[in-house]
Amino acid sequence: MARDDDSIIKVRGLKKSFGTHVVHEGLDLDVRRGEIIGIVGGSGTGKSVLLQQIVGLLKPDAGRIEVFGESVRDTSPDEYRRLRRRWGVMFQDGALFSSLTVRQNVEAPMREQLHLPDDLRETLAGIKVRMVGLPENAQDKYPSELSGGMRKRAGFARAIALDPEIVFLDEPTAGLDPIGAAAFDRLIGQLQSALGLTVFMVTHDLDSLHAICDRVAVLAEKRVLAVGTMAEMLKIDHPWVREYFHGPRARAALGPDATDEVG
Amino acid sequence: MTVSDGTLAFSGDLGIDSVAGLPHDLGDASRIDISDVGHLDTAGAWFVLDCKRRLRRQDEIPVEGASWAQRQILDAVSQNMPPEDSPPPQRAGLAERIERFGRATVGFARIAVELTGFLGQVVATMGGIVMHPRRLRITSLVHHMQDTGLNAVPIVVLMSFLIGVVLAFQGAAQLRQFGAEVFVVDLIAIAVLRELGILLTAIIVAGRSGSAFTAAIGSMKMREEVDAMRTLGLDPIAILVVPRVLALMLMLPVLGFLADVAGLLGGAMMAWIELGVSPAVFQSRLVANTDVWHFLVGIIKAPFFALIVGVIGCYEGLKVGGNADSLGRLTSTSVVVAIFMVIVVDAIFSIFFAIVGV
Repeated sequence: MARDDDSIIKVRGLKKSFGTHVVHEGLDLDVRRGEIIGIVGGSGTGKSVLLQQIVGLLKPDAGRIEVFGESVRDTSPDEYRRLRRRWGVMFQDGALFSSLTVRQNVEAPMREQLHLPDDLRETLAGIKVRMVGLPENAQDKYPSELSGGMRKRAGFARAIALDPEIVFLDEPTAGLDPIGAAAFDRLIGQLQSALGLTVFMVTHDLDSLHAICDRVAVLAEKRVLAVGTMAEMLKIDHPWVREYFHGPRARAALGPDATDEVG
Repeated sequence: MTVSDGTLAFSGDLGIDSVAGLPHDLGDASRIDISDVGHLDTAGAWFVLDCKRRLRRQDEIPVEGASWAQRQILDAVSQNMPPEDSPPPQRAGLAERIERFGRATVGFARIAVELTGFLGQVVATMGGIVMHPRRLRITSLVHHMQDTGLNAVPIVVLMSFLIGVVLAFQGAAQLRQFGAEVFVVDLIAIAVLRELGILLTAIIVAGRSGSAFTAAIGSMKMREEVDAMRTLGLDPIAILVVPRVLALMLMLPVLGFLADVAGLLGGAMMAWIELGVSPAVFQSRLVANTDVWHFLVGIIKAPFFALIVGVIGCYEGLKVGGNADSLGRLTSTSVVVAIFMVIVVDAIFSIFFAIVGV
């Protein structure tokens, strides 16, 4: 476990239920500054729910969530605004505003949070759009004119528009072809090191887990079952974790050696 | 930000909050020093690189004093700088305006052609259903009849009743000057039965049901449900469009009839209160002086108005593209175009009936 002082996100004793359906109970998680952490878990284990609680879109029933050492739950609207500027969220499939062009989408958070001259804002948004590897002619296109991969890139550009310290990515590579997914992984890695980001990534993609994640957290049985590097995950003796990291897809992603030596 | 001894030096945090306030005048520097900069983000990096670009001389200007992390950001931004001489956006001149006008005109003509084609498709599909009545979706038809017909009764009746009241009231004020109060019956009967009852009903239905058709079919189009239907061998026109259009064509005459009755009732009530024309007098004058053709002229138009409203509503719905914006835009287009076309066709009918002489 990380020492408390270098945790940028700290979740303690989180409880969340919808009606009688309990999603999280006694969930603890630490995310260290500057790492890429991958959150995995079966469908319905509340990966996205956890993400939404950390960024304050959902209210937990009980427990404590601290980001940058401040509790997300007990902030005043002003503090929350300030806190929110320090992270960026990329939703599945980008969640771009369909009536705005790509550049206007990236400009949107700047327009809301800062008072910048128009030309400066446009220039900075243009840099972000180029950074995520979108071609020059994509800047003035509308989301409906883009492919799924490009929409995800544009969503990522919007998430990093304000140079956040943390980016939350919800299934960044889902629905991309293997080449596109690998390129997106590389992009996350590059920007993470260039901008010094902490990346909180919900994913099912074993290739991305293997390629870019420093640590992996497994959600199961309503809590974080295990946190550690990929190598540590392979040694964990839990039916679901074994199934996940030793299944045929995992073997293909990690190579036969990695799974056989413990299997 | 200071310039001394040919060195442009930055200090403090250089970020998205501070770059807008920095001066544009750079003086004359041959090197840039950022060793005193605390936090540097992409906006700050852009500013440093932009300064470097604006100071450009024969030789490259070095940026000194960057920490490892700052160097990473500078490298990342320098690979993604905006192109240097991007042409300023052109103001629209006269030629562009004329061109835009021309394109709009051609686009309008194209829409008219497409709409006619769509109308043909709908009519052909309806013809097919007449030949094979089993293909008609009865459940869907009845559902839409309830939705567009039965549920519209209160608003249509209320509106028409009030129109009758207004006509009687205004008519009475004018006719009283000639002592011809009793002609208010003819005024109300002809105005309501021939024109207003059905026209206003069609306008209300366009706003109520035409927009609902566009929104419903449009959101199905957005979620690719319409495409899914096609791949399953289902004809969206037979399933989505025909029941709606047919329901409207069956219900609009009924609504028109109810509107006529309500309009006459409203007129009769006002005539009684305002002019003392008793209901019995009103009735006998109505029967004696108003030709049944006035009523028929109104009702004959109803199915045509229904066809216009239904076809335009469905056509605009099927034109919706991938975004929420187009759904909203086309919904309002659908209502505006439908009302406009209803009035145009009403005018054509007026001319037609005048020539025929009824």
